[in-house]
Amino acid sequence: MAEAAIELIGINKSFGAVRANRDINLEITRGTIHGIVGENGAGKSTLMSILYGFYQADSGEIRVNGKPATIRTSNDAIATGIGMVHQHFMLVDNFTVLENIILGAESDALLKSSIAKARSELERLEREYGLEVDPDAIIEELPVGLQQRVEILKALYRGAEILILDEPTGVLTPAEADHLFRILKQLKDQGKTIVLITHKLREIMAITDSVSVMRQGTMVATRETKKTTVEELAELMVGRRVLLRVEKGEAKAGEVKLSVKNLVVKDQRGVTMVDDVSFDVRAGEIVGIAGVAGNGQSELLEAISGIRKAVSGSVTLDGKPIDLTGAADPGELRQRGLAHVPEDRHHVGLVLAFEENENSILGYHNDKRYLKGPLLDVDAIMADAKDKIAKYDIRPANPRLKTANFSGGNQQKIVLAREIEQDPGVLIVGQPTRGVDVGAIEFIHKRLIAMRDQGKAVLLVSVELDEIRSLSDRILVMFAGRVVGERGPEASEGELGLLMAGVEQKEAAE
Amino acid sequence: MSTPYAKLPAWADYGLIPLINLAVAFIVAGLVVLLVGENPFRAAVILVEGAFGRGQGIAYTLFYATNFIFTGLAVAVAMHAGLFNIGGEGQAYVAGLGVGLVCLALDRIVPWYVTFPFAIAGAALFGAAWAFIPAYLQARRGSHIVITTIMFNMIAASLMIYVLRDILKPEAMQEVKTRMLEAGAQLPRLNWIIELFGTAKIRSAPFNVSFLLALVMAYLVWLLIWRTKLGYEIRTFGFSQKAARYAGISEVRVTIIAMLISGALAGMMSINAIMGDQHSVYVDLAGGAGFIGIAVALMGRAHPVGIILASILFGVLYQGGAELSFEMPAISRDMIVIIQGLVILFAGALEHMFRPYIQTLFASISPKSVGMAAVKGEGA
Ligand SMILES: Nc1ncnc2c1ncn2[C@@H]1O[C@H](COP(=O)(O)OP(=O)(O)OP(=O)(O)O)[C@@H](O)[C@H]1O
Ligand SMILES: [Mg+2]
Repeated sequence: MAEAAIELIGINKSFGAVRANRDINLEITRGTIHGIVGENGAGKSTLMSILYGFYQADSGEIRVNGKPATIRTSNDAIATGIGMVHQHFMLVDNFTVLENIILGAESDALLKSSIAKARSELERLEREYGLEVDPDAIIEELPVGLQQRVEILKALYRGAEILILDEPTGVLTPAEADHLFRILKQLKDQGKTIVLITHKLREIMAITDSVSVMRQGTMVATRETKKTTVEELAELMVGRRVLLRVEKGEAKAGEVKLSVKNLVVKDQRGVTMVDDVSFDVRAGEIVGIAGVAGNGQSELLEAISGIRKAVSGSVTLDGKPIDLTGAADPGELRQRGLAHVPEDRHHVGLVLAFEENENSILGYHNDKRYLKGPLLDVDAIMADAKDKIAKYDIRPANPRLKTANFSGGNQQKIVLAREIEQDPGVLIVGQPTRGVDVGAIEFIHKRLIAMRDQGKAVLLVSVELDEIRSLSDRILVMFAGRVVGERGPEASEGELGLLMAGVEQKEAAE
Repeated sequence: MSTPYAKLPAWADYGLIPLINLAVAFIVAGLVVLLVGENPFRAAVILVEGAFGRGQGIAYTLFYATNFIFTGLAVAVAMHAGLFNIGGEGQAYVAGLGVGLVCLALDRIVPWYVTFPFAIAGAALFGAAWAFIPAYLQARRGSHIVITTIMFNMIAASLMIYVLRDILKPEAMQEVKTRMLEAGAQLPRLNWIIELFGTAKIRSAPFNVSFLLALVMAYLVWLLIWRTKLGYEIRTFGFSQKAARYAGISEVRVTIIAMLISGALAGMMSINAIMGDQHSVYVDLAGGAGFIGIAVALMGRAHPVGIILASILFGVLYQGGAELSFEMPAISRDMIVIIQGLVILFAGALEHMFRPYIQTLFASISPKSVGMAAVKGEGA
């Protein structure tokens, strides 16, 4: 019988009134890839944080390779051979790859000899696992996929035999994700054990050997991946049948709400990110912008929402111009009925240190409803927050909880509730379901369709091709800052994929 | 998704940790006392008795605390906007000019309670004006506010010497200061309040009405930061500039307004010195209170209640320290500064030194308590 690398026995963990983990039992076989799925807030990250020594379980036992282990700090975890790749990378941006890898594991007082040793060790690891990264590259100059690779190397360098990855693909492009999975397979072949948390059931089916499902703090099932289906997993997670496909009727597109003409946007280094882009979004339709991350979609959203100044071009909202190259300010655009769900909810859409209710008015804090003269109307804000919490099923239902303590999907719902409930005429949304569970995805998609059916104009940017295809009435594909094609929702994945890779454009140039 | 980091229960966060920091500061200070051949326990007794033993001591302690409340609040308001205002000292000093001009104009014609509001306005106006330039440079030009406010402390010192010596000093006077202010610019003492508690008659301590002004300001700062729209914008900006931009909050506006308020608060410290104590505008009237304000704000975790408590602590160190150097000749004035420095070091700069250990301790003795604080929320 295969041996267990990790056994968790009777793990409990509460945060105040929230029971994040209750009586969890889990066994992970050595040399396998084990998936963990579950709704937002089900307690997956908490469980892994206990394993990695960030939190202490209230009760329960951890065994590693059959032996009871006391893991109080992440150093203990590393010493027992457990490594973790965080979703938000813990790397020093202006250090090199090599410096980051030895950081905290310097073996000598003199850095120089550590560095020499580390370099040869790193080269060995890179060869062994096919994880090529230039040891002297500066972290901030690397794409996210490579940064993640550095995180993996860092764990391996510290001798990890068991590797935990918490939502590793949330920030990756599909190609980067594929590459990651090849690496994980290779690690498995070398005998490492891998725990993978993800919301993408397709990934679970593609790569794991077995999968456990968590719901509201409990472990509800463990299945052999071969013997389960996406539908079954979704149902186990949410406790009801989940609609994995969006149902929507014909779009009834009306007048033009948002019109973008010849927009040019540069980033802080002066590189042109959006290059002469023009399109319209009409009332009652969802326009999706597809593209591999980093092809100008982010800058486009930022410019239209007034966060980033455009270099040139013209934009009209309800037929009236907005001055995106000059004084347009997000507050004013909001008042004119343009709401924005930003891609980066952690740093842009939310203030994580705020209480939930404080975030539920971010950007609308000038609204008379929330004010009594110069004072905030605390009662009104609270009532409003509670209302949204109920309507969007935000959990835990506590408007006084610090936003950082909500799980990722619930944080996203806080942002969506705030923007959608303002009843804007135009909604622009970036990556609405990044890091969000299947149940919540269904909910969010229904909301977006409902917005459309109420005659709102929705501009959607997503790196998830499935999402774009199932929601959009028209699809624009961006490549290298330009719109390289427009397709209907019936366009095939392959066709869009080629456009996203810039293939057609190259052919045209030849 | 959620970044896991342990939180302590509120009482440990706001009570236990400051207490431990303080205890360590005193232990190290005690070692220093031992080093110069004095008995640290006797020194501690003298310090505490000097600050609390007699009515006179308490009055002085509160007089000093008044200064620190103003400057501590000043630093805290800027801190909430993510700005580090090191310029409280210069802002308070220059504000002394505003107070002085009001007092010189009014002290012979109206009673104190008429002068007082004008003096508050004068202090706020001059203090804010002195903070405006660094604020403007930060907001518009990106010149770092820490550097500019330090430079403005220097400029303030030179400017005030010039104004006092060459313009405001009466011909006949030896010392560099204005003429003595008369009854219309002298704030009533509050020593009688302490006497109510049965202490002996207090003869000379300058504990005065400014203390009440400081308490009112502490309340107003709480209201501003946690209950007004402006405070909401200040905090948003202080936590995340990107989120502020997204929310349509103007960086320039918040930076400048927060610094104006900060400067105005620091400026009010000069009312205590001029109208409450010396009854003239004199050289170096801020006397380091602007810098103590930084320690007070850090130790008080930028919350008005914490700032009041931390200010009283520093009042104790000032007043008790003065007694100590008087009673123990081996302990000079400079030694007192060292002790104050240690408190600042442990309570301010090394604020987080013991936190990880205490968190680990809490996690192992009562895992449930960790994380509770988040639910209670802070500040409101
Ligand atoms: N430090 C904390 N303080 C209070 N509550 C917390 C804390 N950390 C997590 N929680 C709560 O514990 C529960 C489990 O959270 P956890 O982050 O483990 O969920 P998750 O399954 O990883 O969700 P997601 O898929 O959204 O990342 C949630 O209800 C969350 O709000
Ligand atoms: Mg999680």
